[in-house]
Amino acid sequence: MLTVKDLSVMFQTRRGPVDAVRGISFEVSKGEILGIVGESGSGKSVTSYALMRILEAGGVIKAGEAEYSGIDLRRAAERDMRDIRGREISMIFQNPRAALNPIRKVGHQIEDVLRQHARATRYDARAKAIAALEAVKIKDAEARYDAYPFELSGGMCQRIVCAIALACDPRLLIADEPTTGLDITTQKAVMDLVRDLIRERGMSSILITHDLGLAAQYCDRILVMKDGLIVEQGDPVQIFSDPQHPYSRKLVDATPRAGTGVRSLLPASERKPEPQIAVSDTPLVEVRNLVKTYAGKSGPVHAVKDISFTVFKGQCVGLVGESGCGKSTTSEILVRLMDATAGQVLFDGADIAAIPARGFARDPRRAQIQMVFQDATDSLNPRHSARQTIAEPLRRLGGMRGAKLDARIEELATLVGLPLALLSRFPHQLSGGQKARVGIARAVALEPKFLILDEPTAALDVSIQAVVLNLLVDLRAKLGLSYLFVSHDLHVVRLLCDHVIVMKDGQIVEQGATHDVMTHPQNLYTKTLLAAAPKPPERRQIRDFPHSEDTDAQHDPIHDERAS
Amino acid sequence: MLSSHPRLRATLWRVAQSIPVVIGVVVISFLLTRALPGDPAVYFAGVAADAASIEETRVAMGLDKPLPQQFVLYVGDLMRGDLGMSLSSGRSVVDDLANRLPASLELTLTALVLAVVIAVPLGVLAATRPGTWVDHLCRVVVTAGVSLPTFFTGILLIYIFYYLMGIAPSPLGRLDFIYLSPDHVTGFYLIDAALMGDWETWRGAAKQLILPASTLALFTLAPIARMTRAAMLTALSSDFIRTARAAGLSSRTVLYRYAFRNALLPVVTTLGMVFSFALGANVLVEKVFAWPGIGSYAVEALVVSDYAAVQGFVLAMALLFVALNLVIDLLYTAIDPRIGFDAK
Amino acid sequence: MTQATDPAHAADSTLGHVLYVLRANPVTMLAFGMFAFLILSAIFGPALVPYDPLATNAAAALQPPSAAHWFGTDQVGRDVFSRVIVATRLDLSISVAAVALSFVVGSILGCIAGYWGGWLDSVLNRFLDTIMAFPLFVLAMGIVAALGNTIENIIYATAIINMPFYARLVRAEVNIRRDAGFVRAAKLAGSSDIRVLATQIFPNALPPMMVQVSLNLGWAILNAAGLSFIGLGVSPPTAEWGIMVAEGANFIVSGEWWLAVFPGLWLMFAVFTFNLLGDGLRDIVDPRKRT
Repeated sequence: MLTVKDLSVMFQTRRGPVDAVRGISFEVSKGEILGIVGESGSGKSVTSYALMRILEAGGVIKAGEAEYSGIDLRRAAERDMRDIRGREISMIFQNPRAALNPIRKVGHQIEDVLRQHARATRYDARAKAIAALEAVKIKDAEARYDAYPFELSGGMCQRIVCAIALACDPRLLIADEPTTGLDITTQKAVMDLVRDLIRERGMSSILITHDLGLAAQYCDRILVMKDGLIVEQGDPVQIFSDPQHPYSRKLVDATPRAGTGVRSLLPASERKPEPQIAVSDTPLVEVRNLVKTYAGKSGPVHAVKDISFTVFKGQCVGLVGESGCGKSTTSEILVRLMDATAGQVLFDGADIAAIPARGFARDPRRAQIQMVFQDATDSLNPRHSARQTIAEPLRRLGGMRGAKLDARIEELATLVGLPLALLSRFPHQLSGGQKARVGIARAVALEPKFLILDEPTAALDVSIQAVVLNLLVDLRAKLGLSYLFVSHDLHVVRLLCDHVIVMKDGQIVEQGATHDVMTHPQNLYTKTLLAAAPKPPERRQIRDFPHSEDTDAQHDPIHDERAS
Repeated sequence: MLSSHPRLRATLWRVAQSIPVVIGVVVISFLLTRALPGDPAVYFAGVAADAASIEETRVAMGLDKPLPQQFVLYVGDLMRGDLGMSLSSGRSVVDDLANRLPASLELTLTALVLAVVIAVPLGVLAATRPGTWVDHLCRVVVTAGVSLPTFFTGILLIYIFYYLMGIAPSPLGRLDFIYLSPDHVTGFYLIDAALMGDWETWRGAAKQLILPASTLALFTLAPIARMTRAAMLTALSSDFIRTARAAGLSSRTVLYRYAFRNALLPVVTTLGMVFSFALGANVLVEKVFAWPGIGSYAVEALVVSDYAAVQGFVLAMALLFVALNLVIDLLYTAIDPRIGFDAK
Repeated sequence: MTQATDPAHAADSTLGHVLYVLRANPVTMLAFGMFAFLILSAIFGPALVPYDPLATNAAAALQPPSAAHWFGTDQVGRDVFSRVIVATRLDLSISVAAVALSFVVGSILGCIAGYWGGWLDSVLNRFLDTIMAFPLFVLAMGIVAALGNTIENIIYATAIINMPFYARLVRAEVNIRRDAGFVRAAKLAGSSDIRVLATQIFPNALPPMMVQVSLNLGWAILNAAGLSFIGLGVSPPTAEWGIMVAEGANFIVSGEWWLAVFPGLWLMFAVFTFNLLGDGLRDIVDPRKRT
């Protein structure tokens, strides 16, 4: 149905031409769902824009052929392309709210497409638009017709984008990271809907994603892309159980799955034994009846409603929930950047919630409670070098100066695996993983007792996430840290945490030992969360790595076996 | 009931918001009146006043009373529409301003319409063809436009079109003395003449208007064109434009129904600032072209130290501008469905 | 301008970026050249001009441009060229002083409002709204008329009408960074609010402010010249562009164009320079153009 041969796409940038896609070939047959998987910069999205001929200014198809049902997509006139877009090939995008015209009623946006492709006249457009809304399972479509995108939730907006894309019954749907930015339960609902619609209508589809697990669950065949090239293609089970190319193996390893340990995220050659960590039964942080209420525009907002939990010394506690559940508010209060409305936070037995956040900078316990921030880029001052960034807490709270300071900075850089040569660099000169290391070095600089990790890997590619998670495990063992790991991703929490707390709407719905919660969830919401997480196929031979028994000796045979 | 109509509530809220601004404007203009270094009574009594008349002015204006009481008196005067007497014209300042306001408005509005008609398409054109000669032309015109001192542009235009080419009428007011001014209906000569069907006078008035209006338009063109270009570029690089293109909508629909309507929002916001510039530049243009509006009135009053007239002018301009801003914001509320909701 | 705030070892890349922008945009290079010319004529102009800008010579009144008088002479025989060059210092001083004043006051107010928010923010916003509720040139007229006709009052008036732009810009720049990760990290590192504001937030707001300064300088010159054009502030026979255009305007209808045109062109040249410079600086500091 779609045949792509040696497709190359080039972008003209101020640093000269950049090859985004370097000669890729693939096919999509009728009724097939093809997954294109790759990390940022792999050229996966550019490929789809090139097929639709909607590349941004400066982008041009340099070479190759793309043929759709006998039509030459590369050379077709712009007028013909316009007929193809939306009617033959459609697209849905990431960040659905931004993908809709903010000041036009969603019904009208669907009508625009219907009328463009002569599928509706002025008289029946409304009825057909409502039918299109109903087709994507929107309840009360009649009322939604008059809504503006800002009045709808993210998941609803993505349904509208689907309705626009499917309004004219295209035969190929390209979904470009359709669930990025959506909560995990919404993600599942949207993906299930898209898959059902594709199957019902006998369409073909290309799913572009960075999430190998998601692709494996929904696709018939997967292409793995790296640096503008296809490194491997095959069916999901084959890719997962027996990846041929080193890069796809790395990607497979780095994708968190049920039944594996944090070390197995790394390439086999880099695995070290997982450290044994003893959790003491002395509480370090006790949260008692914590409440946070904001004054919102329409009445008070109850962000945190009376929650209590304990973090023991040496423990890693996971705080899990979807956006708006209050997990970030809780962590802000614990790290003393925000004041609680009511309740206590006992740190080593003394209530720190009683000390106003503004004055906590001068508190002796400031150095003992630190945080690693969600977005490494945002958490580094663009005008400070890595050295200055790490030096900040050492100077202010540690009172270090001169040679002693330099020595400590270099020690920390070594500890987090940041090459010393990079210390003089500024954030924009560092990669995502390097920025994450700088942020971690700053957080552990003063050897805090309690470290809050606020989605430290959410903005990172999976292969870098794997490295950072392992670094965090090592640091915890080496420095005897206690963690509060805030995340939306149950799989990641499972890898790191001993204890997990599930939050919803400002309340704790379930908490317990990680293994218990993951295997026997009691609460309905926890069950939904677990069910919604993408399930990559298990490897053919299931290898469970019991944490403590993980040794080098065991790794080598595995490595050999897989390599063969 | 209001809570069920967020847009109505937003509109009322916006109207209510202009009340403190009006109060602030009145306070500042009061302070300006009383902040005169030396004795305000001496200034308001005029140059030729003797001790007795200065004292008389002092009592008449209430300048012998404490400041808060003076403020109350001042506000009371304002409520009655009393801005004092103009020393130079001998009439009340309110009457003078009311007589001259239509001339200023006709000039400013013509200039703004001219500027919008040229600048918006120019900005759109530049944004759709970034890096081409249209874009460069837009940039040069825009930068040159804001760099031109209006009074200098006016003089230059007079030199070229009146002295050198002789095609413009002498730059003295709204209508050459050979025409009779049209009957007063709106005070706008172009409209009044058209209402009378007196096309001869209409042409005469238009001829007088064209140079000062162009001068003012050249100055206000720049910010509008710049904002249009920037807003169009932002809109065109938005995700929803990509969605629209991927759905196969025609480039016309994408450009106008999707990009332009969104770009219009920041442009409308800019119009407020442009009005501020235009009303300020208006003063200079009126002086150059001897245009009998409130700007030249203020300049003449400044020369003879006619303070009541100057203060009245400042207050009138501020109130006019507050009203214009209110209209602009209400217009904005009408075109942006998001106003009145939390998500902005 | 960015390299001044970056430590030395960053200079390579920043300087490289500046050079790239200058090469890619010769207009910006030209603007820097024009700026240097203005500064030089403000500093050395009065010492170098051929005639005393105030010396009258009835015998040589209203002469068109010639080799002896490049820009001609005015109605009392003063050399227009000398006057135009000498005026550079006064006009630049007025605008620089006014912009510096509004920069400082606006930055402080904007920082306070943007960082602490709350009622301080509301009060400041109402205050700025009230200033902006006046057509700004008209407000400047009112202030100078009330305070008195002096150069200092022109500076104050220009500073007052410029101040809201800085306060708003700084407020916005501070506000978007108030909860940035690196600001929270600095607090965790034990920095007080003032320290966070001074070392973390404000330096990051400087680049857009520099653009604003440059654009504002041009606008301030226009304002000052406009005020003296209508007879406020500087009084004759001082050499100042606005007054010279005003005086020359009386002779334009009789064809003695050089009296008004040369000072007007010079004024335009100065404003144009600052505007081009502002655009150029915007290209240099705009993060979207940096990779």
